[in-house]
Amino acid sequence: MTIRNTLRDHGQRYRPRMACLKKTEKVLLEMQDPKTGVRSQPQRLVITTIPHAITGEDIIAWLADRFQVDTQEARTFGSMLVALGYIYPLQDHKRLVIKPDVSLYRFQTPYFWPTQQWPVEDTDYAIYLAKRNIRKKGILELHEQEHYNRLHKWMNHKWDFIVMQAKEQYRAAKERKKPDRVVFDCQERAYWVVHRPPPGTVSAMDYGLDRLTDPNSDEAKTPDFYERIMIFTQQSIMRPRVKSSVSIGALVKYCGTYNNHDPFLFKCLPSNPWLTDDVTYWNLNMPCVEIPTKMRVERWTFSFAELLSDPRGRDDFRLFLKKEFSGENLAFWEGCEDLKWGEAATIKEKAEHIYKTFLARGAPRWINIDGKTMEVTVKGLKHPHRYVLDPAQTHIYMLMKKDSYGRYQKSPVFKDTVKKAICPEEHNFSVAQLEQNAKKRRPSLSPIILRQMEKEQRAKMAANVDITQVMSKLSKQGKEAPPPPKK
Amino acid sequence: MCDQTFVAATFGPCESCGKASPLMNIYIKTEAINFCSFCVELMTCQVLQGGESVASLKRESDNLKKKLEEERGKLNDIELHQVAEKSEVLGAFAIKTRRLLKGHGNKVLCMDWCKDKRRLVSSSQDGKVIVWDAFTLNKEHGVTLPCTWVMACAYAPSGCAVACGGLDNKCSVFPLSLDKNENLNAKKKSVAMHTNYVSGCTFTSSDMQILTSSGDGTCALWDVESGQLLQSFHGHTADVLSLDLAPSETGNTFVSGGSDMKANIWDMRSGQNIQSFETHESDINCVKYYPSGDAFASASDDATCRFFDLRADREVAIYQKDSIIFGASSVDFSLSGRLLFAGYNDYTINVWDVLKGTRVSVLFGHENRVSRLRVSPDGTALCSASWDNTLRIWS
Repeated sequence: MTIRNTLRDHGQRYRPRMACLKKTEKVLLEMQDPKTGVRSQPQRLVITTIPHAITGEDIIAWLADRFQVDTQEARTFGSMLVALGYIYPLQDHKRLVIKPDVSLYRFQTPYFWPTQQWPVEDTDYAIYLAKRNIRKKGILELHEQEHYNRLHKWMNHKWDFIVMQAKEQYRAAKERKKPDRVVFDCQERAYWVVHRPPPGTVSAMDYGLDRLTDPNSDEAKTPDFYERIMIFTQQSIMRPRVKSSVSIGALVKYCGTYNNHDPFLFKCLPSNPWLTDDVTYWNLNMPCVEIPTKMRVERWTFSFAELLSDPRGRDDFRLFLKKEFSGENLAFWEGCEDLKWGEAATIKEKAEHIYKTFLARGAPRWINIDGKTMEVTVKGLKHPHRYVLDPAQTHIYMLMKKDSYGRYQKSPVFKDTVKKAICPEEHNFSVAQLEQNAKKRRPSLSPIILRQMEKEQRAKMAANVDITQVMSKLSKQGKEAPPPPKK
Repeated sequence: MCDQTFVAATFGPCESCGKASPLMNIYIKTEAINFCSFCVELMTCQVLQGGESVASLKRESDNLKKKLEEERGKLNDIELHQVAEKSEVLGAFAIKTRRLLKGHGNKVLCMDWCKDKRRLVSSSQDGKVIVWDAFTLNKEHGVTLPCTWVMACAYAPSGCAVACGGLDNKCSVFPLSLDKNENLNAKKKSVAMHTNYVSGCTFTSSDMQILTSSGDGTCALWDVESGQLLQSFHGHTADVLSLDLAPSETGNTFVSGGSDMKANIWDMRSGQNIQSFETHESDINCVKYYPSGDAFASASDDATCRFFDLRADREVAIYQKDSIIFGASSVDFSLSGRLLFAGYNDYTINVWDVLKGTRVSVLFGHENRVSRLRVSPDGTALCSASWDNTLRIWS
């Protein structure tokens, strides 16, 4: 049984989220190099001088030079060093940031670095506060007072020990030389600002939740653990893979194809709604708009998946298939998608419906799949599960992709859509107009309302179909006046 | 356009027990066998045949791993940045904060966009989940969960529900309603039940299924209506921290990244782990598919983001810099896949050129670490959620 250390432990063993600390230390060592490190100067107090103080602007300049970055980034990096407690400010010690001016900082002694192997304990904090209280009553700040009172209550059983330790440390400190004492006091104070931050400040020590499993622990490696690895590795070895030039070439080509469609790389027409507060772009690209934009239609030519995933594109394709009398393929594919992603309770029902409509002999919308796939599918349908129609669906998808898609792009339906597609003019707002736009931001229809509207629309269409079916039935029974016979 | 690689999972009778179920195609010493997942487990546990000791098994598995690396290396004929030399260099970027969403009282841990490109849902450490219209800065819905640290939230594809989960070990789905007075907690559906915290969740192509990842080391696929577990995915040896669904039309795969430094690709139908990538040096905090579905990127505590090609089966790029030593917590691609946005624990967002491997921009503004980054569905904006209680929209 492993007993988890519930105290905040800044060692590297358990929480790799602080993997940055080791790297920070390397940088720190470089910074402290007497020849190539940050320039240091002595700090003058009233009568004493304390060596090795560094200015904020020197730190930033050194970092910018070392990492070849600009000053803003160097400043962020420097602030992180201060926030972690490796460098502490001498003036304004509660704000752990780097100021790009002559404010002074000093390197923290390694004793107080966050990576030390011992956790930051409340006992030590209590001793520290008690010591400061002994030195001068009333010096503790409000939040420190609260901490002190709380610790006094919780550690009452140890309080004699704490007070004794505090007195001893205070006495030992008095025996030091004044400069050393001042330096040590600063260091200790900085250490506690990092680990017990004042309220309302951001603490860099805050890393969130602990991981459940300690990745560094040596778990018992049982035989089946290795067996599993071997099976998996063997499977990976036998897996077919592609030459890097082919697959990387495809990735690069994808970037190139979509480059002009990426709003971060290319202007979007008429304008990016987030930049100009004008939602024309979104209105023109609604899922089921009458007339699509030229860019949208261009995307349909990139791949079949792109065409199907856009509802407007799918509608256009459906129209084309209807004209070719092969609409059942798309309908079957949509039915399979519905089955795959639908509710578990309706699987059986949906599978039966699809079988009756598309696969059974003499079905009204019979689809053309090869014998083997049909056999596998029909056998699977005896015990329908979510993926029972997968082989058939894949077959039909490839059929549509390799055959119908190509013909669609050459068809009059598509060419007509391309001709009608709009290419909006780029907006050119003046500053005053932009301000106006910002004031006129309006909320859009909630997706809940849109879905309700869609449902009503579909119900209406279904009702229309019913009426025409009724009419045609009536005409078959001769109850309607037959049209004059054509000769 | 590149073809989608179809994972050929076969269905049929298992060669060992005879039951019809999704089969795992595995190889025992280059001999292919088709067992159902239960029989594979049974087989792995019946080891120690022929007097093999644990040490010899370890040696054997290490040898196999070396052989795998060799196989991968055989087809490695070119590097990404070499192919990318022909691509044009990117110009300067003027990405600025366009909206600042204030309203959470505590660290914002996760966010997700709605398909209508302007709404988003965000969750925070104090249990509050808020649905915003990011364009107008209106808060449209709000729910308070009874647990803290809501680390996962997702918007349903229809836009009519949100799913969220965290320290309560559950993932719940809340159908959204227009009635302002209605308490969304009343219609809540508890869907996923894990044995530890839920770190990530996402809907599949419909509102009816969710995929979750958890600190207990597993991922799972659930049916929303009944709360039934449809498939579970075992293979990580530590917390699973993130997952992402493949964007392709016919692919049924997803990628997950965990504390064991591995990124695994799974087949949703059979529950099998198809591919695994183990090149990171620390926890993988976030994984995201490339828009074409043939590659993915991962962000890790070792301060690097890496790019893996699925068809070539290897890592093809590392995005790192001397001056970046803080872990990356989240990544996302721009619409074309040319840009990779990564949020780091030093409060910045770095923008990388995916093909050339260089950094093109740094975005400053957050006052605490960036916990989650997502590009909007039409690629027009980037949203970042941070521990400084705010969300920023960049464009």
